[in-house]
Amino acid sequence: MEESLAGAAFYDLEGTLVSTNLVHTLAFYAGRQQGLLASFKKSAATYLSLPLFAVTDQYSRKVFNDLYFKRYKGQSEDRLRYFAQELFEDVIKPAVFPGAYELIDHSRKLGLRQVVITGALDLSVKPLMDYLGITDFVTNRLEFVNGMATGRLLPPVMAAATKASWIRTFTERERISLSDSYAYTDSMSDLPMLSIVGHPAVVNPDMRLRQTALHHDWPILDLK
Amino acid sequence: MALQLRRKTHESVVYIDRDSAPRIMPSGEDFILEDLPIGTRVLYPNPSIKGLPNREAAIRYALNHPHDCDPLFAQLEPGMKVTVAVDDISLPLPPMATPDIRQTVLEIVLDMLAGHGVDDVHIIIANSLHRRMTEWEMKRMVGPRIFADYYPDRYYNHDAEWADGLVKIGETRHKEPLVLNRRAAESDLLIYVNINFVPMDGGHKSVAVGLCDYESLRMHHDPQTIRDSDSYMDPARSALNHKVVQLGKIVEKEVNVFHIETAINNRMYGADMDFLLRNEDDFTAFDRMKFEAMRYTMSKLPRPARRKLLHSRPAQYEIIACHAGKAEPVHEKIVAKGFEQYAIPIRGQADILITGIPDISPYNVYSILNPLLVQVMALGYHFNFYRNKPLLRKGGVLILHHPCYDDFDHQFHPSYIEFFHRLLPETRDAFTLREKYEREFATNPSYIEMYRRGHAYHGAHPFFMWYWGENGRQHVGKVIAAGAENAHVPGILGWERADNLTEAIAMARSYMGNSAEITMLHQPMIGIADME
Repeated sequence: MEESLAGAAFYDLEGTLVSTNLVHTLAFYAGRQQGLLASFKKSAATYLSLPLFAVTDQYSRKVFNDLYFKRYKGQSEDRLRYFAQELFEDVIKPAVFPGAYELIDHSRKLGLRQVVITGALDLSVKPLMDYLGITDFVTNRLEFVNGMATGRLLPPVMAAATKASWIRTFTERERISLSDSYAYTDSMSDLPMLSIVGHPAVVNPDMRLRQTALHHDWPILDLK
Repeated sequence: MALQLRRKTHESVVYIDRDSAPRIMPSGEDFILEDLPIGTRVLYPNPSIKGLPNREAAIRYALNHPHDCDPLFAQLEPGMKVTVAVDDISLPLPPMATPDIRQTVLEIVLDMLAGHGVDDVHIIIANSLHRRMTEWEMKRMVGPRIFADYYPDRYYNHDAEWADGLVKIGETRHKEPLVLNRRAAESDLLIYVNINFVPMDGGHKSVAVGLCDYESLRMHHDPQTIRDSDSYMDPARSALNHKVVQLGKIVEKEVNVFHIETAINNRMYGADMDFLLRNEDDFTAFDRMKFEAMRYTMSKLPRPARRKLLHSRPAQYEIIACHAGKAEPVHEKIVAKGFEQYAIPIRGQADILITGIPDISPYNVYSILNPLLVQVMALGYHFNFYRNKPLLRKGGVLILHHPCYDDFDHQFHPSYIEFFHRLLPETRDAFTLREKYEREFATNPSYIEMYRRGHAYHGAHPFFMWYWGENGRQHVGKVIAAGAENAHVPGILGWERADNLTEAIAMARSYMGNSAEITMLHQPMIGIADME
């Protein structure tokens, strides 16, 4: 008799489990450059880019990623890693939605593997994963040459269809049933990820995703 | 001559004659006019019992003259911990005009508590696995003064999924657990404020069901218990009631509960719409004009607007009795008063039972009557409104009138959608559904979060809705959905469909014979067919 497969819960991170987004991380690092002037210049550039980020994110997550991660170009790996714990304590930890703890807790009680799949950077995500006790997570990773960020990402770039593709590979490797799995996201770009699991749900959705969820009769969660 | 004699059996029973007026029937958000076959028996709600002239005085009298326990004031000590639990928005229907009876009772009780130095007071809505009431609904129910004083820290909804907020107080002899709201169970005194709308409400059910968790509830909200209830509107013959009484005895042993129960009359509408409850043969020209005006207005509105309009009309119920004290003597008196208002003596079962399904149910207040709720109203509530034996004979045909639209409220009923579209096409067998899927839905993290943080019914609630129609489903030979605007909803529910009532009656007669006795429940009505 064939062994029955377990399920998993796949979570997007930013906007889903925490209220911060990629820009918060960028702004945090921009304010911690070497020297006041450098910090000021980097912060100003980040804030001036906000409208551009907003527009490109609506247009295409890939274009957004190209523009966004370029902002890290020239930053040292040591520096990014050094401030990662502070970023977690000061910015990310207070931003965890109250309902996120419960959602993860209820999923664990069902025996589901907890998996976070996010477009955020590994160095900013790791402390949060330790805090939440989640060992399975996949993130984006900056490319470093001689210890300095190039502003490019190492493949695979976690966004949109790539997330769904990664989930397929992961579930096959780990013998996880997709139809018994759950997926949670706040972003329209994660539609492929929602489409491949048996129990999709949207979290704190914007208007477009809410309409899609209503159309597909998916649960709409508010974890705030 | 026979028809003339039959007319006089009871004031709430009317037989259709050659010169009878067409009858008004609700069908979702619409009201339609239907000519019924000659000889059809139509059941109307009884005339309303006059409300008590001074409800505050009646409530105070009940608190000071309770059954089988000391008066409320004599049980109070400064510094004690008191919880007041109240029925949720599922009672009464539609929500009553303000001030709600709960507000009046609470104002009196809270003043008394304050006057006796009792400051540690919480008000908990006993919503069980129903949806959490919204802030606006909570304010409307208790009035602005109590709301301002208690909300949100000391006036809140019961949470059946908050592990820390629950405590096991005992178990039945079959080792079934009874887990209750911790605050209520650990209070020195628990006061329960009830509105008794139908005989199934109140009594031991108030605390043992209203404040329990999923595991406790599923022990009696199951298909077999409903099958064994004949009917669940008749406490003496309800297996559901018998199980709840056993749980209530555990509650009484562990918790000091002071029950305040109220019975209300059946004044569902004010003067502007009360013609909907009356015999059409007795309509005045003004009544007919009001009906036509209402019909015309409604016909110009889209369905959501019609629904909103209907939901904006509060009921005009009046309190007709109030008793306080221990659960059983209090409930016995309140149920007796309820039957005095609702019981309609009936001789002879019907072969065909017709019921229009209005946009009113305990589970769609300010929301949509989705297909599963249409089912629970038809095979659950309307079928079960009898005492002694069903109004419809075994194997008879139930004709309901409703558009049966495939429309769900995503905020209130998310798990209903999955239940209806994923599970029912696979099986309609209540036992299979319970064994195979109920726990999956109950533990679905999304549904739990939507119940706890949103306003969704619990993930397992659609199952209970299906079980709720179980004795009706087992009893009827056929269900015909007249006026259904699609084929797939009746199909999923296992029903036949007809374009209109005339076609449905013809279909039913082809099954039951041309001489079949036809009875129609004149909805909306709360009435118990008291069968001889």
